[in-house]
Amino acid sequence: MKSLEELMAIREKARQGMGIRNDKHEGTRVVVGMATCGIAAGARPVLSALVEEVAKENLDVQVGQTGCIGICQYEPVVEVIEPDKEKVTYVKMTPEKAIKIVHKHLMGGEVVQEYTIGKVGK
Amino acid sequence: MVRSHILVCGGTGCTSSNSPAIIRALEEQLSKSGLSDEVKVVQTGCFGLCALGPIMIVYPEGTFYSMVKVGDIPEIVEEHLLKGRIVTRLVYDETLQESGEVASLDDTGFYKKQMRVALRNCGVIDPEDINEYIAYDGYQALGKALTQMTPEQVIEEIKASGLRGRGGAGFPTGVKWSFAAAQPKGQKYVCCNADEGDPGAFMDRSVLEGDPHALIEAMAIAGYAIGANKGYVYVRAEYPIAVHRLQVAIKQAKELGLLGEGIFGTDFSFDLEIRLGAGAFVCGEETALMTSIEGNRGEPRPRPPFPAVKGLFGKPTVLNNVETYANIPRIILLGAEWFSKIGTEKSKGTKVFALGGKITNTGLVEVPMGTSLREIVEEIGGGIPGGKQFKAAQTGGPSGGCIPAKHLDVPIDYDNLIAIGSMMGSGGLIVMDEDSCMVDIARFFLDFTVDESCGKCTPCRIGTKRLLEMLDRITEGNGKPGDIEKMEDLCHYIKENALCGLGQTAPNPVLSTIRYFREEYEAHIYQKTCPAKVCKSLLNYNIIAEKCTGCTLCSRVCPVGAITGTVKHPHVIDHEKCIKCGACMEKCRFGAIVKE
Repeated sequence: MKSLEELMAIREKARQGMGIRNDKHEGTRVVVGMATCGIAAGARPVLSALVEEVAKENLDVQVGQTGCIGICQYEPVVEVIEPDKEKVTYVKMTPEKAIKIVHKHLMGGEVVQEYTIGKVGK
Repeated sequence: MVRSHILVCGGTGCTSSNSPAIIRALEEQLSKSGLSDEVKVVQTGCFGLCALGPIMIVYPEGTFYSMVKVGDIPEIVEEHLLKGRIVTRLVYDETLQESGEVASLDDTGFYKKQMRVALRNCGVIDPEDINEYIAYDGYQALGKALTQMTPEQVIEEIKASGLRGRGGAGFPTGVKWSFAAAQPKGQKYVCCNADEGDPGAFMDRSVLEGDPHALIEAMAIAGYAIGANKGYVYVRAEYPIAVHRLQVAIKQAKELGLLGEGIFGTDFSFDLEIRLGAGAFVCGEETALMTSIEGNRGEPRPRPPFPAVKGLFGKPTVLNNVETYANIPRIILLGAEWFSKIGTEKSKGTKVFALGGKITNTGLVEVPMGTSLREIVEEIGGGIPGGKQFKAAQTGGPSGGCIPAKHLDVPIDYDNLIAIGSMMGSGGLIVMDEDSCMVDIARFFLDFTVDESCGKCTPCRIGTKRLLEMLDRITEGNGKPGDIEKMEDLCHYIKENALCGLGQTAPNPVLSTIRYFREEYEAHIYQKTCPAKVCKSLLNYNIIAEKCTGCTLCSRVCPVGAITGTVKHPHVIDHEKCIKCGACMEKCRFGAIVKE
């Protein structure tokens, strides 16, 4: 170890992925419905795509999973929960759609209306 | 891509309740379910809530599973990790809300009032991965000290923080360092006392098991402050997990150049070695400890000269205990002012207590100095099981004393504990309920010190033995008038004349129990009764004829055939034969057997 800078570089690298262990996370949370219905409809690749894209873009967003929320015909379901905002529910997700949500919604702050339950459901 | 971390406690407590098998089962099940790349299993140090072990936390949800068995693993993997459904039957019930949501651990009674400074990384990081320590700000304090502070500034910072030794006596750490620093340049040493000997205390073990790099970092800082390039950690051989993790940590620190030559590009070098102790209590005394490191029989020697002047191998030495060191990196990094805001006027910072005895949440807690015993016992500790009454708490192990119920609200710090006849010691806290006999407790601790007395000085070697003989007599019903006064005289004599801390504090359990529970001693001596019904020689088991249905169960479980009677007629216990094991009372379904 030759300098404090060298240590800080190791620290930055080591911190990546450690954010998972913060259960008092107050920022945006994204949850994927992962019950039997969700998995059968392809929720796992959606979850993986979300986790990877969020990590790639180094976003302060927590990606988690949840059980069945009762709208099995619309699975895979992804919910975006932002502090002090109404929850947005995206349905019939695919990995490609999920990546779009990361860029438009999580990074751009713009709800992707065409994928929401309000649009797809009609 | 990892999306979830499972932290499994790998402290000694959870290890003995099978956490290594749980980790193996988890890894196997995850691989079967194809989740190995998505879920990372991390073995951590102690979470503190040992009563509920084995413990596991699943992130990002922060779900706290307790008392997990190997058989539960398939369900946890299938339900929680695959399908996102929390296995509520295994969730620590204090975190489970009525809505079915899981609350944060920090909001539970056990964790709410705690403040973790020394234990900050225990149960949080993987102790065998230096990167995780660095991710949580590890080695930054060492870097700061070496590159931005002079040794004098480091010592001033520690002095200003008000940190006092956590091993027992509470000597100001910064002052101790300044004595060693003031010695002429030359070979000096930094030592760590990890010879945790108080029965029931295990905070030092937990720091070594859960956060070994914190100790390495702190000892290197101490080395820089006093001008030492060599350190020794004296740790009990009975702590195999702690020793192993410390070895791993030292190796990793050397590989990264955080130990060795020219650390952080300065001309400061520091090396660390482990010395194993054979488990003698007296080797927790500083001069005996250093004698033992030197390769001699662990016996104390008179002070002065103090170790700061003439210590290990006759050279100036700083010796602190593990918990003291664990505070150092935080003080350097966050500043003395931050630290000195925590605690009371004369006792700064936090203290770790090992909660044991008659208490619901057995485990390790860290609270700001000044927290009352009531808060620790009733709120954090979850009270006494079985609706029993609090009688006393023993702090400081065999060197400390009892605190009775009337002092439950005293803010705990070094000086208050001494004022009420106990001491901080290393932080063992044993809770006793109404079923504990205080004479028997005093006898228990004296039995320990008699065993552990090294025998070098007469007051301790013979004095404690005579004390134990008197206590034995009293508990056997052969106490004589005047015994209490005689014991008090002897106690004061031993305290004033013993060579080292072991002897000087050994009479404390006797003195404090006499001080607060004199009437119990008197009952043993004059009425020949044991009010708590513990001392076997002073009680008899009897059958209440009216309640006995003659079921014969008691006579069948009695190991010595002391109970006689015919079916459907009241039975009788023969006191001559009875060995007072209590088996009959435990088995009787009609409450017909009493201890008198």
